[in-house]
Amino acid sequence: MSELLKNIIRFILFILVQVFILFKMPPLHRFVTPYLYYLYILWLPFSLSRMSLTFIGFIFGLSLDYFVKTPGLHAAACTLIAYVRPFIIGMLISQEGADKNYIAPSFVSMGWAPYATYVIVLTLLHHTYLVLLEWMNFGSFMYFVGKVIASTAVSLLLVLLTELLFFRKQKFRTNTI
Amino acid sequence: MRNVFLFIRRHFNFLFFLVLQIIALSFLFRYNKFHEAAFLNVSTEITGRLNEKYNGIEYYFQLKKTNESLVQENLHLRQQLKENYEAPDSDRRLFYDTIRIDTGRNIRKWLMMEAKVVNNTITLPTNYLTIHRGFRQGVHPNMGVTGPQGIVGSVINVSENFAVVMSVLHPNFHIVAQLRKGGENGTLYWDGISPSFISMRGVPRSANVMVGDTVVTSQISYLFSANLLVGTVAEIVPDNTSNFYNLKIRLATNFSNIEYAYVIDNLQYEEQKRLEDSARKKVQ
Repeated sequence: MSELLKNIIRFILFILVQVFILFKMPPLHRFVTPYLYYLYILWLPFSLSRMSLTFIGFIFGLSLDYFVKTPGLHAAACTLIAYVRPFIIGMLISQEGADKNYIAPSFVSMGWAPYATYVIVLTLLHHTYLVLLEWMNFGSFMYFVGKVIASTAVSLLLVLLTELLFFRKQKFRTNTI
Repeated sequence: MRNVFLFIRRHFNFLFFLVLQIIALSFLFRYNKFHEAAFLNVSTEITGRLNEKYNGIEYYFQLKKTNESLVQENLHLRQQLKENYEAPDSDRRLFYDTIRIDTGRNIRKWLMMEAKVVNNTITLPTNYLTIHRGFRQGVHPNMGVTGPQGIVGSVINVSENFAVVMSVLHPNFHIVAQLRKGGENGTLYWDGISPSFISMRGVPRSANVMVGDTVVTSQISYLFSANLLVGTVAEIVPDNTSNFYNLKIRLATNFSNIEYAYVIDNLQYEEQKRLEDSARKKVQ
């Protein structure tokens, strides 16, 4: 399957799972909102330019927004992580040219520790920005801090489960052929 | 000029990011203010269709509860049939007939329309419902929506066949309600803590209120007809800095399994609003 088709299918699946499963679940606590959809942005290929990455992030967030009737909220957070993503990858990739030899970020292509750091940093960034925007409308400071921490913890657990359930095989490509 | 172009070229990615952020934030804050945003009408139609498909499946799992609540409501209405009441004969007792036949005036104020709920959230900080009835079927913004058990929200946006309803579980939903026993008014608002409770502030301390008292809609509201059930008082918190109570109210509507709702059309709203607006202009 081509990378483009794969990513289009992922786009639709991530939105549907977030809207019809994760947002429909009875809440554990008001601080806990399980988010998984932003993993789509973390899984996008290395080869995308920074401009198209930012734009995909915006469109992806906005399509989720129209389902939950908060135009701009998730779009802002997704645009932010899509913009920051290349900087984090640039900092974390250890071997020379890992972003050329593999298609997308994963445990295999980046290694366990750098990939985990990458996920944790972007998750925290996404949640902090999202809850900050919500907090401007209502809520207290405790709400802000509590929700960021609780939602990040639950989201990281979900990301870990998804990574283990849908293990992405990554072939090593050389450009010498 | 050349330097400006160079600057734009060098920082193009960052500027592009800033532009997208500004668009997103302007959507967000405009929406909160005016309840409208770009493309929301179109997107309501599209997401409405998807939600309808999903609801078609989910509906089967709720059939039992929906049936129960409809039977309850039927029972409640049957109790009010006039055959159930019989007064002793006496020519001193006055009966007022609510149906006036011999006047040409239209005295109907509230018109109820049923609507299927195709989407509903309760877990988010701002919750909305989507109903399968749009402006072609007579829905327009600023109509109240009630359910079989109690009030549900108010219509804020309509497309051709769907309408978006701001749920009671939304921080911007404020209406005036009253205690049924004493008639004291207060304002309802949701504090975002639990989907089964709502707060009511501004009830004077002189009110004789107890846990379990019924709270109903007030006739002051232009969204809802009077005496629709809101919920019951669950907790009384005296606000020591003022002369008011803060009441915690258990909502009558169970938002987790709502399948049908009634849209309430206020037929006399236009005239009332015109009069109030012109009066306001006269004073200024």
